[in-house]
Amino acid sequence: MPKAFTPKVVTANALLEGDVIYLAADDRWVRRLDEAEIITDEAIAQIRLLDAQARASEAVGVYLADMAPTEDGPQPTHFREEFRATGPSNYHHGKQAAG
Amino acid sequence: MYRYTEFDTAFVAERNRQFRQQVERRISGALTEDEFKPLRLMNGLYLQLHAYMLRVAIPYGTLNSAQMDQLALLAEKWDKGYGHFTTRQNIQYNWPELRDVPDMLDALAEVGMHAIQTSGNTIRNVTADHFAGAAADEVADPRPVAELLRQWSTDHPEFQFLPRKFKIAVTGAENDRAVIKAHDIGIQVVERDGEIGYRVLVGGGLGRTPMIGKELSPFVPQQDLLPYVEAVVSVWNLLGRRDNKYKARIKITVHEHGIDEIRSLVETRFEETKQAFDGADLAIFDEIKAQFAPPAFRNAPTDAYDAAYAEDPVFRAWADSNLTAHKAGGYAIAQISLKAHGETPGDATAEQMRVMADLARRFGHDELRITHEQNVVLPHVHKSDLPQIHKILKAHGLATANIGLISDIIACPGMDYCALATARSIPIAQEIATRFDELKIENEIGELKIKISGCINACGHHHVGHIGILGLDRAGVENYQITLGGDATETASLGERTGPGFPAEEVVPAIERIVGAYMEHREGPEESFLQAYRRLGMAPFKLALYGEDSGKRSRAA
Ligand code: HEM
Ligand code: SF4
Repeated sequence: MPKAFTPKVVTANALLEGDVIYLAADDRWVRRLDEAEIITDEAIAQIRLLDAQARASEAVGVYLADMAPTEDGPQPTHFREEFRATGPSNYHHGKQAAG
Repeated sequence: MYRYTEFDTAFVAERNRQFRQQVERRISGALTEDEFKPLRLMNGLYLQLHAYMLRVAIPYGTLNSAQMDQLALLAEKWDKGYGHFTTRQNIQYNWPELRDVPDMLDALAEVGMHAIQTSGNTIRNVTADHFAGAAADEVADPRPVAELLRQWSTDHPEFQFLPRKFKIAVTGAENDRAVIKAHDIGIQVVERDGEIGYRVLVGGGLGRTPMIGKELSPFVPQQDLLPYVEAVVSVWNLLGRRDNKYKARIKITVHEHGIDEIRSLVETRFEETKQAFDGADLAIFDEIKAQFAPPAFRNAPTDAYDAAYAEDPVFRAWADSNLTAHKAGGYAIAQISLKAHGETPGDATAEQMRVMADLARRFGHDELRITHEQNVVLPHVHKSDLPQIHKILKAHGLATANIGLISDIIACPGMDYCALATARSIPIAQEIATRFDELKIENEIGELKIKISGCINACGHHHVGHIGILGLDRAGVENYQITLGGDATETASLGERTGPGFPAEEVVPAIERIVGAYMEHREGPEESFLQAYRRLGMAPFKLALYGEDSGKRSRAA
């Protein structure tokens, strides 16, 4: 049996602001992880990734990040994505400050 | 004060103008990220986890008050009101936006500063002791020779395509504050029969494969220094491993060939390199030396200092931990700790920067230094001014009396900011400092240096911490490896791993157990942690950390 596909979101940093952005289902870049599109199919994930990478004047370093789907939207499965979604732990800066 | 000739006003202005256009072309889509990235890195602009990061150079860690004021302005106007001073003697801004960066660079240029990064496989910036020109124990100011080496190596035709980058550090004193044993070449100014010369070490470095530098020559006379260093670089240029990036640094070459073989190759090569030097470098050296002339020290009584020291215990505690002997009578070197308990090591707010600038202007011959231990120095203050300086520092949260103590922690940005990190370092530093402040035993513990890195690149110098902490990612959980017995000074050594690592919440208890074992076993307060470790070895610390079954505990922990 093939290995189960871990659901993903498309993520990057915004070209102008440099902050973390996610791809929403309607192709907008969003700032909040709970608004991101969660992709459960590997082939679709690859296509979404390629499309997003083509938007080079909006996003830098586009990649697919592992997520667990929950009722509150995608939840990071690794602490690095957790920090990206929240902001640094020494100051109330970054996403956590944006609310 | 010395002015950076290479980065003169016109050069920096031209670079900034070009970069402004490059940013515009990136935004308009005319440049791809692949094209833009090397350009922004050359201008000190990195993309980190949450934002861009701008890294500003502080050559020899030396700043005047106008420059410090400008750093404050940048923090306030384009960042979130603070800046982060690093172990590389530069300042990093964690939150600039891309469009603002050209304006930030122009603002820096107004005070003769820049964010231009030396990059590529060349000889990088030469670093020197942060007490240079002030320390009582100094044989001679190391900065003129550091600057001579920098000028000689810049654009040296033979050394533009070295196997890897190459770093040189210079100290002017036996007490090594420039970590010369962790550099590709370390140079110590020494005196022999009244003649100034240089002890040359080679092959040190941290990172993935840490090594302590070894002595190549105990004494190289002034007139032979450049040809000698050129011979070293040249030997490595031929032998160095270009096949493997991780094996290319000179520390690996020295390790593979042995110091004796390298020495004899260098000596042979030196016979050739010497021919090409005609003494012009000696004249240049004298010119540089004149630019590092000491300020006009004043002669005044120190009664105000003596009185405050006798009467005010808070001042006394600060003076005892934060002052260092100055070479001029009546003067002291004052360190300003950027390690207030529970705060981020190395961070200063815009207001604090202005306060430090003002102190330098009023009391410090307009000079400030940044140390690789992430603190700030007023290198030349008259002792009679210290009570007032201390009062002002206290009012701005800058009078923490902990230099060299357990809360004076070096920590890299780690996963709170750095895109390369495998774990966080800042919260670990904050928790340790907070805990030992609560316990009120810092002074009793005495000198103890903790250094924390958030990945194997070792920006936090963890290998040479008395206690080193390295944050790793173990199967998706932050895990911290602890090393003991590292030393960054003239008695340099690399720390040894205690055993299995600890999850984040167990790091503070682990440090407490290590410190407890030290307090229990030390011969007295005069035996420092490092001395006790060297006498006792790992065993009592291992026992304190892992208990009786320490040998059996699984490595997967
Ligand atoms: C947050 C952005 C940073 C990034 C992306 C970064 C990246 C790196 C990398 C990749 C290396 C290894 C270079 C090599 O050997 O080729 C390195 C080395 C180093 N970094 Fe950083 N660093 C960062 C911040 C810092 C800070 C804040 C400090 C000071 C606190 C620092 C101090 C150093 C030092 C001293 C080394 C040399 C270690 C050695 O001797 O090998 N870095 N850095
Ligand atoms: S040691 Fe690693 S985590 Fe820390 S700043 Fe350097 S590259 Fe980043």
